[in-house]
Amino acid sequence: MRHLLDIYSLSSETIKEILELSENLKEILERPIPKVPTLRGKLVLLLFYEPSTRTKFSFERACKVLSADTMSFSAKGSSLEKGETILDTVKNLYALGVNLVVIRHNLSGTPHFLAKHLKIPVVNAGDGIHEHPTQALLDMLTVKEKLGTLAGLKVAIVGDIKHSRVAHSDILGFQKMGSTVYVTGPAHLLPEPKEAEFFEIRPGGFKICYKMEEALRDADVVIALRIQRERHGEPFIPTLQEYAENFGLTPRHLELIKEGALLMHPGPINWGVELSYEMEKYPFQVILEQVENGVAVRMAVLLRLLSGD
Amino acid sequence: MKLLLKKGRLLDPTLGIDFIGDLLIEEGKIKGFGREIEISEKDLEIIDCRGKLVFPGLVDIHVHLREPGEEWKEDIESGTRAALYGGVLRVACMPNTKPVNDAPEVTSYILKRAREKASVKVYPIAAITKGQEGKELAEFGRLKKAGAVAVSDDGKWVADSSLMKRALLYAKNFDLPVISHCEDPKLSFRGQINEGKLSARLGLKGIPASAETVAVVRDLLLARETGTPLHLAHLSVKENLPFLRWAKEEGIPFTAETCPHYFTFTEKEVEGYNTNAKVNPPLRTEEDVEAIKEALKEGLIEVIASDHAPHSPLEKEVEFELASFGMIGVQFLLPLSFNLVREGLLSELKLLQYLITNPSKVLKIEPPSFKEGAPAEVVIFDPEERYLVTEDFIQSKSKNTPLLGRELKGRVKTVILEKRIIHL
Repeated sequence: MRHLLDIYSLSSETIKEILELSENLKEILERPIPKVPTLRGKLVLLLFYEPSTRTKFSFERACKVLSADTMSFSAKGSSLEKGETILDTVKNLYALGVNLVVIRHNLSGTPHFLAKHLKIPVVNAGDGIHEHPTQALLDMLTVKEKLGTLAGLKVAIVGDIKHSRVAHSDILGFQKMGSTVYVTGPAHLLPEPKEAEFFEIRPGGFKICYKMEEALRDADVVIALRIQRERHGEPFIPTLQEYAENFGLTPRHLELIKEGALLMHPGPINWGVELSYEMEKYPFQVILEQVENGVAVRMAVLLRLLSGD
Repeated sequence: MKLLLKKGRLLDPTLGIDFIGDLLIEEGKIKGFGREIEISEKDLEIIDCRGKLVFPGLVDIHVHLREPGEEWKEDIESGTRAALYGGVLRVACMPNTKPVNDAPEVTSYILKRAREKASVKVYPIAAITKGQEGKELAEFGRLKKAGAVAVSDDGKWVADSSLMKRALLYAKNFDLPVISHCEDPKLSFRGQINEGKLSARLGLKGIPASAETVAVVRDLLLARETGTPLHLAHLSVKENLPFLRWAKEEGIPFTAETCPHYFTFTEKEVEGYNTNAKVNPPLRTEEDVEAIKEALKEGLIEVIASDHAPHSPLEKEVEFELASFGMIGVQFLLPLSFNLVREGLLSELKLLQYLITNPSKVLKIEPPSFKEGAPAEVVIFDPEERYLVTEDFIQSKSKNTPLLGRELKGRVKTVILEKRIIHL
């Protein structure tokens, strides 16, 4: 593995290895002084062209635990505003001695574009409506920890699948590890029929459901998603009230899912829209565990990509 | 001065000739052809054409020369040199220059620059609407007087149906062909590549087939209602076929065009976010490629043009979604189209009809031919020669094509343009 660009190009073997490594690394986070010198002297560039709270701090935390140095970039106040291209920006930052680039960008494929032009590893921290591979890895780690396996599970993803890079990575990742993924939400925010062929990477491993009940019934894991309004550019949702009433997860849905089924959300959450307020109290809601696991997964990714040289 | 092309396979789709023989050119004009022409004169130059095809120059009615306004990508000099190397001896250039060719001054400027710099004949196409903004008609009459041969808002569809109908009607006054870029911009909103498995995999917004076919059907209906000849540019999807068949049966006055990339490449070229394969309409699937070939075979599509669209690294070496649409093609029009003959889909003569006679008919111009007295516009083509497409081989200023580094078969060896003999 030279880069981490998407789940699509990872084998199930590699995913398994990263998850195992993440599990082992979690122990470090529990130490009184959670810091090891493994990546001392390495410089990681955090290029965030899009707003991020969780992912950016999670990568930063992962770097610090492993003693790597970080440099941060934000589009505001950079030479981007002076018309510099992303390629020039990154080549210049590379000249400063960067060993690895973590990039989040609003345009799909930008990490791949940089990977083509750079000799150092590139990690995709979310690109447009394409993929968010570390989020899928941490989701899988969380499920594996809580339910003991990823094989044979029914995973339901609810919401704006079309514009969610998290959904895309989860759909591929969970299937690769042996789960079946059902997606549901407003039909025009689900993959087009032609696109659905791509997401079914295992026969019967993926299903689009126009009725929420079908997706939720006997699910082992439910992943709720935010409406990606900033990526729509055209009106999809009549009103938030309409959305909440028809596609929001509420306690009445709990009867459909398996007992002890996990409720997840990649954040940020719009309470009262995709999740009703009461859902915070659902005992198998693991949203904050996801955040914790994010650090371990990102440590594992950094280690794999940087310990080779 | 006399020039004798000996023993080539002479092909002229306009005259319907196809035989091995000799072609005589005198003082830059076609003098005659025959099985064997015997003349003995001092002032005679002979070109041995054995094993070669000899035909009139190609007419490419869909080219972006980028002048005025984007000369870093291409200009009239470099674009027409690329055409010459491709055996294309007449090009019609699209109006999406900067400024847009929506005013007689711009048309005149293009023609003036062409007289000064062009290697081949240039026919300007003017805009249908002012600024190609789809709001008000451009000055068809004054544009025609300045030298425009057709109107098109190429790059954009005239989405306002009433305005398009007015354009088709108004074009009658000036016998101007109307060329439509068929794309419903709402259906292709933010679209990057063909909608399907690949767009899902790459996380890029897809352009559905319906974006093209909805526009095709509307324009055919308007052509029927107005009776004005309509030319449909760069068709790419299978879904068009039943509607084209219907339009033929109805006798609607229309012609349809496709480009070599729509019967040569599939969307697979885009894998790895290859911006050189980003084009509009997008490269489609294997099924679409087969359908476009079928449409060519049936004669539903009867014009092949390149949609030569040069872009520099400034527009292409960027994030995929920021990259401009388009690929160069005027130099590859002939070798790529010739694959249709190799595959047994079209005869040589039929193919040349699609490349010479039919595009000339669209523009209502006399096609280049071997008719006695016609100005010599002759191409000598070796269909067998293989060569690598390198940056040096490409005569355009821009090198944006998925063909870079690949082998092509079929090469133009010599071009005769009136009194000039150009060995390439």
